[in-house]
Amino acid sequence: MFVIYIKEIRSFLSSLIAYIVIITFLLAIGLFMWIFPDTNVLDLGYSNLDPLFFIAPWVFIFLVSAITMRSFADEKRAGTIETLTTSPVSDLNIILGKFFAGVTLVLFSLIPTIVYYLSVRYLAYPVGNIDSGAILGSYIGLLMVGSTFVAIGMFASSITDNQISAFIISTFLCFFFFSAFHYLGELKILGDLDYVISWLGMFAHYESISRGVLDTRDAFYFLSVIVFFILLTKTVFGSRKW
Amino acid sequence: MSVIVDHISKIYGEQKAVDDISFQVNKGEIVGFLGPNGAGKSTTMKILTCFLPQTSGQASVCGHDVVNESMEVRRKVGYLPEQNPLYLDMYVKEYLLFMASLRKLGSDAQKRVESMIERTGLTQERKKKIGQLSKGYKQRVGLAQAMLHEPEVLILDEPTSGLDPNQLVEIRSLIRQIGKDKTVILSSHIMQEVEALCSRAIIINKGKIVADDSMANLQGSVSKSAKLTVEFRDPVHSDVLKRIEGVSQVENLGDKKFAIHGNSIDQIKEQVFAIAVEAKTIILSMQEDEVKLESIFRELTKSAPAKSQKAKSN
Repeated sequence: MFVIYIKEIRSFLSSLIAYIVIITFLLAIGLFMWIFPDTNVLDLGYSNLDPLFFIAPWVFIFLVSAITMRSFADEKRAGTIETLTTSPVSDLNIILGKFFAGVTLVLFSLIPTIVYYLSVRYLAYPVGNIDSGAILGSYIGLLMVGSTFVAIGMFASSITDNQISAFIISTFLCFFFFSAFHYLGELKILGDLDYVISWLGMFAHYESISRGVLDTRDAFYFLSVIVFFILLTKTVFGSRKW
Repeated sequence: MSVIVDHISKIYGEQKAVDDISFQVNKGEIVGFLGPNGAGKSTTMKILTCFLPQTSGQASVCGHDVVNESMEVRRKVGYLPEQNPLYLDMYVKEYLLFMASLRKLGSDAQKRVESMIERTGLTQERKKKIGQLSKGYKQRVGLAQAMLHEPEVLILDEPTSGLDPNQLVEIRSLIRQIGKDKTVILSSHIMQEVEALCSRAIIINKGKIVADDSMANLQGSVSKSAKLTVEFRDPVHSDVLKRIEGVSQVENLGDKKFAIHGNSIDQIKEQVFAIAVEAKTIILSMQEDEVKLESIFRELTKSAPAKSQKAKSN
């Protein structure tokens, strides 16, 4: 697993994908956070990072799909899947190696935003007047959302050998799991079930973690979605043997 | 017995890619797997390397079943897939080190990679990206990758495609050198290659084995029936030629030129000279068609099953 992980990280770095993803992410978040008139923290007047945590999942839908679209689609198209799967490594190890490489990239794009936290902390009146607990919670939530997107993106990449298809399927699935359930719940057509439906989506859990309350149910939800998609990827990946 | 294939079949949907084939390969043998495109060579190799499972039958490598003990098999096999897939954005050495660590070579990795780079003649190219290499060099990287862990069984799917004549000679000698104490199965549709490298050839057509014999026997089986093209200065009647013992057929290629098919070609040659003397004419040219693996191949892969059975029993 570790071998695949290192190899994936190196290929992210050597193919510039890592840099492009991180720069685009920071640029988009930076614009929303500090420049754009309706969303910037300076005009909002509250000492928090809400613009960051509101926009980041949406940016991740595209960027994470972009980093995971290659993972299996490219291997299948180039045929390197054959050398990989005929060497003594299990399918699960290959998948986990790629998954953790994706998560690492998500983590690396989040780390520089700590500067935003520090800035807001110093801008606050009095200095340091900021709800650090909620922000830590939001970071954990964001990392979980990002990791789940990686798992979804890998699954999308495993069902096709075309990167563009993988990208589109992945963005759709990410969007669906992130907010479709939330919007369905908002329709208020199913009465009491609305609440249950919105809990099926990531958004409700993300919001809940963002409040700074680390509930095991939320963590469990994200973990199970990740495990579900990893197992799905493993099934699809193993289907060459059917 | 390094490789045992026992009544293997592989069905893709409706199509039978490999149809009930069985063969065995001994340690130290270099076996050529010959057949036209789509005959089932690659599929058989994919089964032996645990990339695809067979639909029915059993196969084992070094005593390990390819389905149930796939990890053991994968450890013992070196594989160069068809089309030689590589990560084009990796550097030569980086890629080989990656493969070495996948093979868990540990502290040996660096040393093995260095020696493999040297043996495959990649020293000059080691610091280049694989994508920048010419086809021949890519092929060497693929071979280096397959031999890195000194596998007991080496399975090479068209190892020399795209190499120039010099590289061809080098790669062949490399394969020969490795084949001394390893089992090598290589596929090809270039007959000369199999003739040059292998001690034994398995000819496969439409998923079935049509011949499986040592090179010497295969060549022997066909050289009995050969083709002689003769050109006389003056017209000669073809009936005279037909009367020669051992001649099965005479084709008229004009009234002075004939193609003679028959067995025991040396006797026929003598007789043709005698006829020329008798008819007071001169032989302008006489050409014996090289009956090599190529013609065996052509004969076996286009012919009806009855004929292939004959070759099989040889």
